[in-house]
Amino acid sequence: MLEVDIRHSFPAFSLDVAFAAPAGVTALFGRSGSGKTTVVNALAGLLRPQSGRIVADGATLHDDARGVFLPPHRRRVGYVFQDARLFPHLSVRHNLRYGRWFAPRAARGPDMDAVVDMLGIGHLLDRRPGRLSGGEKSRVAIGRALLAAPRLLLMDEPFAALDEARKAELLPYLERLRDAAVAPILYVSHSAAEVARLATTVVLLDEGRVVEAGPAADVLTSLSAATILGVREAGAMLTGVVVRHDADGISEIAISAGALFVPHVAAPVGATVRIRIQAHDVILAPEPPGLISALNVLPATVAAVREGRGPGVIAQLSLGPDRLLARVTRRSAKALGVEEGRRLYAIVKAVAVAPENVAPENVAPAAPFG
Amino acid sequence: MGWLGPEEWAAVALSAQVSFWAVAASLPLGVLTAHALARWSFPGRQLLNGLVHLPLILPPVVTGYLLLLTFGVRGPVGGLLAEMGVTVAFRWTGAALAAGVMAFPLMVRAIRLSIEAVDPRLEEAAGTLGASRFWVFLTVTLPLIAPGVVAGAILAFAKAMGEFGATITFVSNIPGETRTIPSAIYAFLQVPGGEGPAGRLVLVSVALAMAALLLSEFVGRRVAARAGGG
Repeated sequence: MLEVDIRHSFPAFSLDVAFAAPAGVTALFGRSGSGKTTVVNALAGLLRPQSGRIVADGATLHDDARGVFLPPHRRRVGYVFQDARLFPHLSVRHNLRYGRWFAPRAARGPDMDAVVDMLGIGHLLDRRPGRLSGGEKSRVAIGRALLAAPRLLLMDEPFAALDEARKAELLPYLERLRDAAVAPILYVSHSAAEVARLATTVVLLDEGRVVEAGPAADVLTSLSAATILGVREAGAMLTGVVVRHDADGISEIAISAGALFVPHVAAPVGATVRIRIQAHDVILAPEPPGLISALNVLPATVAAVREGRGPGVIAQLSLGPDRLLARVTRRSAKALGVEEGRRLYAIVKAVAVAPENVAPENVAPAAPFG
Repeated sequence: MGWLGPEEWAAVALSAQVSFWAVAASLPLGVLTAHALARWSFPGRQLLNGLVHLPLILPPVVTGYLLLLTFGVRGPVGGLLAEMGVTVAFRWTGAALAAGVMAFPLMVRAIRLSIEAVDPRLEEAAGTLGASRFWVFLTVTLPLIAPGVVAGAILAFAKAMGEFGATITFVSNIPGETRTIPSAIYAFLQVPGGEGPAGRLVLVSVALAMAALLLSEFVGRRVAARAGGG
């Protein structure tokens, strides 16, 4: 559990942020310049906020009222930087061991072999950081932070410097890390897709203020998220259970609205998966269409509507507890009478759900860390 | 090296001894000063910077005279040392002090440049991994600046070997005690027929200076290769 309440003013920017992060991955989410890195630096002790209180895992890291401000090295807050920051004069093995020296004897950190194994860096141990690829550096940086036995792990867009293919390769490692639950993770990102895959909790930041905070599915389908991130990034995150894999390459997922058909999902029957459906992939219809190529026709109720500056409208739809976002033109919205309470059908093409938009949840074997 | 006379040998040996101790004693202080100038912010930082560089700008004879005033037996520091039974004026230790002071700016400059080249973000990262400032310096900064420290030390050694003005002012030119190579060359040139020994010492000087420069290059490159790891 992490509690944060900080205020800080820069000449051209002020930060006033309060949120609580339960166990799991909390995504600090927002556009660049929204204050994400400032929050993370304050948590690590690299920046001293003008006023505030930070309590992580029962330990007070900063509290003005009590005159407490722990320096970075006494916080035990792991930090995975955007630019890895591996020590160039040490081998990968010694980079990984670095934090171990300083961790208190009593701290039960993860085991070196387990971390090396989880991150797939066993073959790199004797190399120098200078000879690693970007993705390898990121993984070593994560391992180094973990092995310092942190009470909280900060990750500031650890993959910002990587291309899409490398990112896709690394996301599974992060999912394993999340499910291993070594330490609560605060993950900074401006990518809705990444957040939809990883986050348990989302804190949405805009111009130094918390706009929304709560369970990932709720925050991602909020209209403020759609507005702040831009309609192109907007989309819902649904959680469902794999029901069956059909011979024609389609998997059926049970969600609160019924059955969702998507291209084959690489998860066994019975597994829980997260599915991201982007707002511009959802079509609205007043009644179920007759024959249509789209496989998913889901009954839905409009919960809220927001008009943007452009020709589009964002509608938030309820499908039982699950929610979807749909982006349609203002013209269509008018023709269909899209307004709060209106019952409609949300149509989603199965193939609109790309493989990288489906992610397993809790795949890791029960905590491999002592 | 049979071609060097005993007097000339004494000067060479003394120079090596004086320079070695000048560098060995001032190196920790040099690293500390360079670190302070490069990384810390404190009142009087510019003053310290000026003070460190003063011997580079002042006429050496002025530095030597100031040393004599301070460390002479009747000087404030020298008096104190004398009470403890230590004299540096007109001793080889005084020559080492003068050489150390004169070489200090060069040493600090080389080390400071290498500290400034260390990415402070690495030091920050070490802090988040639990290392206090002291340990960050010892385990991250120092290994990364090792080439600069070695280069600074060798440069300072070469400078100390050549120091003349401050040395002769502070500790005079006493054979066997304070007559280093430059002082010896000066002394030989004052007497008729001294060109021979003087010339030989000039050759030694040139050879030593060249060797120091080559060594600093070589060591610097080796340490850099180890630190960088390609």
